[in-house]
Amino acid sequence: MRRLIAIVVLLTTPSLLHAGEIPPAERRSGYSFMAPDTKAMQDDDTANPGMLWVMEGEGLWAKKDGASEKACADCHGDARESMKGVATRYPAFDQTLGQPVDLEQAINLSRARHQQASPLAHESRELLALEAYIAEQSRGMPIAAGADPQLAAFVEKGHDLFIAREGQLNLSCANCHDDNWDKRLAGSAITQGQPTGYPLYRLEWQSLGSLQRRLRGCITGVRAQAFDFDSPEMVELELYLMTRAAGMPIEAPAVRP
Amino acid sequence: MAALINVPAKARRGDVIEIKALTSHIMETGYRRTAAGEIVPRDIITSFTCRFNGTEIFRADFFPALAANPFLSFFMVANDSGKFDFEWIGDHGFSTTASASLSVVE
Repeated sequence: MRRLIAIVVLLTTPSLLHAGEIPPAERRSGYSFMAPDTKAMQDDDTANPGMLWVMEGEGLWAKKDGASEKACADCHGDARESMKGVATRYPAFDQTLGQPVDLEQAINLSRARHQQASPLAHESRELLALEAYIAEQSRGMPIAAGADPQLAAFVEKGHDLFIAREGQLNLSCANCHDDNWDKRLAGSAITQGQPTGYPLYRLEWQSLGSLQRRLRGCITGVRAQAFDFDSPEMVELELYLMTRAAGMPIEAPAVRP
Repeated sequence: MAALINVPAKARRGDVIEIKALTSHIMETGYRRTAAGEIVPRDIITSFTCRFNGTEIFRADFFPALAANPFLSFFMVANDSGKFDFEWIGDHGFSTTASASLSVVE
């Protein structure tokens, strides 16, 4: 009987997990690799510099903008209610564009469609502040991106990018973050590259930054030409990373070294 | 600009309390150059003051080596209830304030 159950389990579950992927029980947030001091910084909302952006985002949420003279709050109401869990579902499929958009793109699309406002620039203080404020409403909630069947092809493309070797160092994301996450590179932990805390405050950046900024840094690190901000490849990678971290709790705004 | 203050709301008379203050600032050193070779002008906080009921209890001068979004932590003996006033002053007329209250019980 036990053998029969084992076969049934084998037949039903493996399709969800690609070869070499980290099994759910072994998934670890970047938080678990950090020194106690850095953990303490993230855990204390009055010591976590990311909360400065959250505060600013709360102000922007209620601020009227664009030709419509409307604020985010005029349509969405109290973000603490309406934005709960939203960040766990991004990147999500946009019906009009017919492709996935990440949370920052969704903010800018909403600005264009409903506020008649100009898009906020990538890594600008305002965009990061709004994103941080929205993401913070999902703190502790499990990541649930990629469930929409319309996203399946894009998740697959993201996975292909994740395992594709590139750059002068000829490394793929998977070479480090699937195969060697329990090791160190020079003095630093390699980590699994789980996107649980974005936008997050990196001490190295001395600022809050987006997942796209982090990915571009990593791609440049293997001496490859980084994808442009908001390019389809970027969003597919983000989407794959979020599905790879399915079920892990959102920590935004996290602190990382 | 935003600031985050962490002061206990209540303390017993004679307790040593920790005061934590975090503020938002880029702390541009003035030593960096742009891709075109021009110096990025210095833009830092130069001084921080904490007053309790009007009396200065802590002051710090800041210099370019300090990280962005500076975080300070210091201690005080809680003798009276009262109000903390925090003030950051910096280059290009930068100034920001915050406050917090403490109530001391026997």
